[in-house]
Amino acid sequence: MSTPNFQFDIGLDLFPLLAATLAAVGCGLLGNFLVLRKLSLMGDAISHSVLPGLVIAFLIASTRSPLVMFLGAAIAGVTTVLLVELVKKYARVEPGAAMGVVFSALFALGVLLIERAAVRHIDLDADCVLHGQLETLVWYGAPKGLGELFHPSNLSEIPRQIYVLLGMVVTAFFFVGLFFKELRIAAFDPALSTTQGFNATLLHYLLMIFVAAATVASFEAVGSILVIAMLICPAATARLMTDRLLTQIVWSVLVALLCGIGGYIAATAVPAMFGKDAVNAAGSMSVVAGGILTIAIIGAPKHGLVTRLSHSKKLVRKISIDDVLAALYRAEEAGQTVTTYSLKQALVGRAVDPAITTAIRDNMVERDQYGLNLTPTGRVSASEIVRKHRLWEHYLVENAGFAPDHVHDTAEQLEHLKTQPPAGPTTDPHGKSIP
Amino acid sequence: MPVHPTNPESSQGLAARPEHSANSPLSIHAMTVAYHRKPVLWDVDYDAPPNKLIAIVGPNGAGKSTLIKSCLGLVPKASGQVEFWGQSYKQARSRVGYVPQRESVDWDFPVSALDVVCMGRYRKIGWCKPVSKKHKEAGLRCLDQVGMHDFANRQISQLSGGQQQRVFLARALAQEADLYFMDEPFAGVDAATERAIVQVLRKLKEDNKTVIVVHHDLQTVSDYFDEVILLNMRVVAAGEVNEVFTSENLHKTYGGRLTLLAEAAEAVARASSGSN
Amino acid sequence: MSLLASIPNPLGTSSITEVHDQMPSTSEILQTLTFQSGYNTNLVILGTTLLGLAAGIIGVFALLRKRSLMTDALSHATLPGIAIAFLTATTLGFNSKYIPTLLIGAGVTGIIGVLCIQAILRFSRLREDAAIGIVLSVFFGAGIVGLSYIQANAASGSAGLNKFIYGQAATMQPPDVLLMGGIALAAILATFLFLKEFALICFNDSFAKVDGWPVSMIDLVMMGLVVLVTVAGLQAVGLILVVAMLIIPAVAARLWTERLLQLVIIAGLIGAGSGYLGSVISALLPRKPAGAVIVLTCSGIFVLSMIAAPSRGIVSAVVRRVRLRLKIEADHIFEHAYESSSNLISNTELKDLSGFRGWTMAFRWMLIRSMLNAGQAVRTNVGLELTNAGTHRGAQVSRNHALWEQYLMSYADIAPSHVDWSVDQVEHVLSQELVNELERTLSSRGITIPQPNESSA
Repeated sequence: MSTPNFQFDIGLDLFPLLAATLAAVGCGLLGNFLVLRKLSLMGDAISHSVLPGLVIAFLIASTRSPLVMFLGAAIAGVTTVLLVELVKKYARVEPGAAMGVVFSALFALGVLLIERAAVRHIDLDADCVLHGQLETLVWYGAPKGLGELFHPSNLSEIPRQIYVLLGMVVTAFFFVGLFFKELRIAAFDPALSTTQGFNATLLHYLLMIFVAAATVASFEAVGSILVIAMLICPAATARLMTDRLLTQIVWSVLVALLCGIGGYIAATAVPAMFGKDAVNAAGSMSVVAGGILTIAIIGAPKHGLVTRLSHSKKLVRKISIDDVLAALYRAEEAGQTVTTYSLKQALVGRAVDPAITTAIRDNMVERDQYGLNLTPTGRVSASEIVRKHRLWEHYLVENAGFAPDHVHDTAEQLEHLKTQPPAGPTTDPHGKSIP
Repeated sequence: MPVHPTNPESSQGLAARPEHSANSPLSIHAMTVAYHRKPVLWDVDYDAPPNKLIAIVGPNGAGKSTLIKSCLGLVPKASGQVEFWGQSYKQARSRVGYVPQRESVDWDFPVSALDVVCMGRYRKIGWCKPVSKKHKEAGLRCLDQVGMHDFANRQISQLSGGQQQRVFLARALAQEADLYFMDEPFAGVDAATERAIVQVLRKLKEDNKTVIVVHHDLQTVSDYFDEVILLNMRVVAAGEVNEVFTSENLHKTYGGRLTLLAEAAEAVARASSGSN
Repeated sequence: MSLLASIPNPLGTSSITEVHDQMPSTSEILQTLTFQSGYNTNLVILGTTLLGLAAGIIGVFALLRKRSLMTDALSHATLPGIAIAFLTATTLGFNSKYIPTLLIGAGVTGIIGVLCIQAILRFSRLREDAAIGIVLSVFFGAGIVGLSYIQANAASGSAGLNKFIYGQAATMQPPDVLLMGGIALAAILATFLFLKEFALICFNDSFAKVDGWPVSMIDLVMMGLVVLVTVAGLQAVGLILVVAMLIIPAVAARLWTERLLQLVIIAGLIGAGSGYLGSVISALLPRKPAGAVIVLTCSGIFVLSMIAAPSRGIVSAVVRRVRLRLKIEADHIFEHAYESSSNLISNTELKDLSGFRGWTMAFRWMLIRSMLNAGQAVRTNVGLELTNAGTHRGAQVSRNHALWEQYLMSYADIAPSHVDWSVDQVEHVLSQELVNELERTLSSRGITIPQPNESSA
C-alpha cells in the first residue's frame, strides 16, 4: 500500500500496475470479438460462472497450478455456453434470460463451494473474486536501482500471477493474430464462415475458452469485475473511434493500456494528493474505462455526439445562407427589392439574421439604402443553388413521378446536397429557366 | 422540411391542393418520413375516400409499412400532417384500429387466442378492471367472424401462421373502429386464412368502414380492393383500382429504379449524421 | 504464497473457527420448518420468503419484456449508491449505518444505471448487450472504489457495507422484514391491478401505443417494481445474486404453464418456496451463505422443472420423440404388410427389419407392445398377424404416401426418383385436415388416388 505521500515504489507498485495492465490488454483484445458478435454478456456470464470451475478444480487437485486452473476454467466456460443453449432450447426464453439463469446459478454454486474450500483450509475469498488483490503482488526482492532490474535473483521473486498473465496476453495475441481473418468473417457472417470451411461454432467455443482463460488468469490479481469491464469497455470505445476492425483492435489495446495505467494512478496517486489512503485499483480502472467511453461517446471524431451535433448545426447554417442567396436571386429575376424584413417573412424557421451577417462578411451580399443585393460572387453561388433546385424539380417530376405542384419542398431539401441530378433541361416544371 | 408560404414557387403548389374534408377518414399532407435520418417516404399527399378497401402496393423497401406506422404515430414524421376525419390522431384514436405485422410480436407469449383478441377491448374496459364476461363474449364473436371460434383457448404458439394472423384480425375487429390499418395481413398465410380475411374485409366495407391494407400480391389487388396507392418512396399514383392500377403505373412503381432519389436519401442521411 | 488469509470472511455469520458441518437432527429440521427455532431465524425465513414471492412475480414481467439482464445491470449499479449514501450520511453527521438511507442511495444509482443504458443506446451506435455490460462493470467498479475508500479512510469504518454484495440474511431486523413484506404486497397489488396492462405492453407495445396506452409510463411502473425488489433483496441475497431471484423463478414457471396468470402465480410460489427452503437450510447448516443457498434452491427447482415439466420438459420431449418414432416404425410395418398383400409378419421378417432399421431390443419390444395394445395386430406362433384395424392402418399410410408423392411431383418439382426419400417423414405426420387439403389440391389437377381396397389384403 502506498503512503499518503505517493511515490512510485518498484517493490510495491510495479507488479500491481503490470498485472492490471496485462489483464486489461488481454481482455481488451478478446473483447473486440464479443462486442462485434453481440456477445458482450457472454463475457459477463463466463466471468461469473468460471468460479465453480475454479473451486472444483482446487478441491479435486488441491493445487493452484495454472494448468489446473485453466482446465477448470475452460470446462466451466464451455459448460456455460452449452447450458445456455440448453435453457434457450427447452425453456424457450431469450438468450439474455437463459444466460442470467445459468450464470447466477453457477455463481451461487461457486460461492457455496468457496465455503467448502474454506472448511478444508484452502485460501479463497469471494471478495477477491470480485475485485482482486492487486496489493498483495509485492516484489520482495525489489531491485534498488534500474540496473538491477533484470538480475536473476530479483526475477525469481516475481509473483506467479505476472507470469500467468503474461502467458495469457501472449497467447491471446497469437490467437487473434493467427485466426484474424477467420474471426473477422465469423463475427460478420457466421453462416458464410461455416460454408467457407471455417467452422463458426468451433471458433465460437474457442473464443469462449479464451475468454474463460483470460478470466481465470486475471482473477487472482484483478478480480472478475475488471475482467468484465475490460472485455467490453475498450472494445466498445474502439468501436466508436473507427469502422475498421484492425484499427479497432489497435484502439482497444491502447484504451486498455490507458485504463490500466490511468486507473492505477487514479487509485493510488490521486487519493494521496488529498492525503487519503489508496482505493481499490481494479474498481478505479473500471471507472476510468467508463470515463474514456463517455468521452468517446461525446467526442469521437465521426460517431461522437459533438461531431454529429456540430455537423448538423453547420448544415443548418449552410442551408440558411443558401436560402437567403436563393431568395435574393429569385427576387432579382422578378425585379423585386428585398429587405431583411421581407426575407424573414419569406424564410420562416430559418435563422435569417446570422445568415445575412455571414453572407455580408463573405462578400456574397451587400446592403444599400433600399435593401439587400447579391454581389457578383454571391450571384454565382446563388445561381448554382437555384439551378440545382430547378434541376431537382425537373428530375422529381419527370423521373420520379411527383406531381409538379408539390415538388418544391422536396427540391428545397435536396438542393443543399452535393448529389446533383443530370443536367440538360433548360426549364423547370413551372416554366422557369434553369440557370 | 421547411414550408415557405410566401415563396412564389410553393404558393402555387399550396393553392392547387384540395381542401381536406372532414369526411375523409385519413388525409395525409406533405408527409416526409426518415429512418435514422434517411428519408424513406418523400412528400406524401393522400386523401382516403370513406367506406373503401384500399391497398398500399409497392416493391420491398418502398416504405409501405412506414406509411402506416407514421400515420399512427409509431414512426416520427420529419414533416407534414396527418388527419383523421379532420381531427388529430389523438382525438380520433378510438375510431382507428390496427393489425401489426405478424412477425412483430413474440408468439410464444403465455396467452390464449381469446386473451389476444380481448386486448382489442382493453381501451373500452379501462384501467385496472379485469376483462368481464361481456367483453369475453364480444371477443368470441370476433373470433367467430374469422372462423377461429374453436381455437379460443389455444395457446397462441400452437396456432399456425395463418391462424395467428386471423387472431390479430379478430383483435382489430374487437377494437370496433371505423378505420383500419393492416400491415401485410396476407403475407405467408394459407388459402383458408386468405378467404377468411377477404370475407372480413368485405363485411367491414358493408358496415361502412374504411380499411387500408399493405399488400404484396399484385394479382389479387383488383379482386380484393376498391382503391390502390402505388408507393415507391413517394406516391406514384393513387385512386380507384380500375383507373390507377395500370401497367404503366406499375412499371413506374416497380420498374424504373430511382437511383438518384435513393442516392439522395443516402446523401441526406450522411449529411445529417455528420459523415458527409 | 499465502493469499487472502488475513481478509475477514464476508460470508455467513459464524466465525472462521467454526468449521465443522453437522447434520441437523430431524426435530431441529421440523422446528425450523415450522417457525419454532427462535425469533431471529423466523424473521429471516419470513423475510426471504416474502422477498422470493415479490421477486418471482415481478420477474415474470421483466422476462416477458425481455429485460432480464437489464435487471442485472440495475442491481450492480446499486453499489455506488450505497457507498455515496454512506459517505454523505457520515459527512452530514447522520447515522451512516441507517439501512433505509443506504437503500435509497442504492435505488437512486440503480435507476441512474438503467437511464445510462438507455442513453448509450440512444446516443451511440453500441448495442444493448454492450450497454448493459458497460453500465454493470463501470458502476460496480465505482462502488468497489467507494467501498475501499470508506474502508481505508472513513473514521467510522465500513464494517457491514460488504454485506450488500453477497447478502447477509442473518442480520435482518424486524423493520427489514416489514420492508420486504411491504414490497411483496406492493408487487402483488400492482400485478393484480395492472395485469392486463402489463400483459399488453409486454406482448405488443406498438399495438398498445396505437390503442392509446401510455406505454412509457406503464414501463416505468414495471421498472420501478424491479428497482424496489432489487433494493429489498440487497440485504438478503446480495446484489450479485438478486438477479437470480428475479429471473430463475419466472423462467422455471414458464416451463409449467402457457397462461399468464398461472405463470405469475407459479413464479411467485417458486420464488417464495426457494426463499423459505433456502433460508431454512442455511439456518440449519451454519456457514452456508443464505443468499447462495436460496439461489441454489431456486436453481434446483428450475432444473427439476426443466426435466419434468409436462410439455416443455426434457422427459416429455424424449417421450414425444420415442412415440413419434414408434408410430413411424409401426406405420412402416403396416404399410409393408399391406403392400405385400399379406397380413402376417413372420418372426424372421421382424428380425430382419429390426436389424435393417436399427431397432434396439427395448425399442422392438415397445413397438410390438404398441401394436398389440392398439389392437392392430395379434401375436401368433409364427409372428404378428394384422387385424382388420391393422390392415386399415396400412392402407391409410400407403395412400397418404401416394398422395404426398403425387403432390411433390406435381407441385414441388422434385424428381420422381427422389420422392420416396423426402416422403419418408411427412406421410406419418399428415393430419386428416391436411390429407383432405391434399386431395382437393390434387383433384383440381385431375389426379385422384383411389381409396384403398382393403379386401385385397
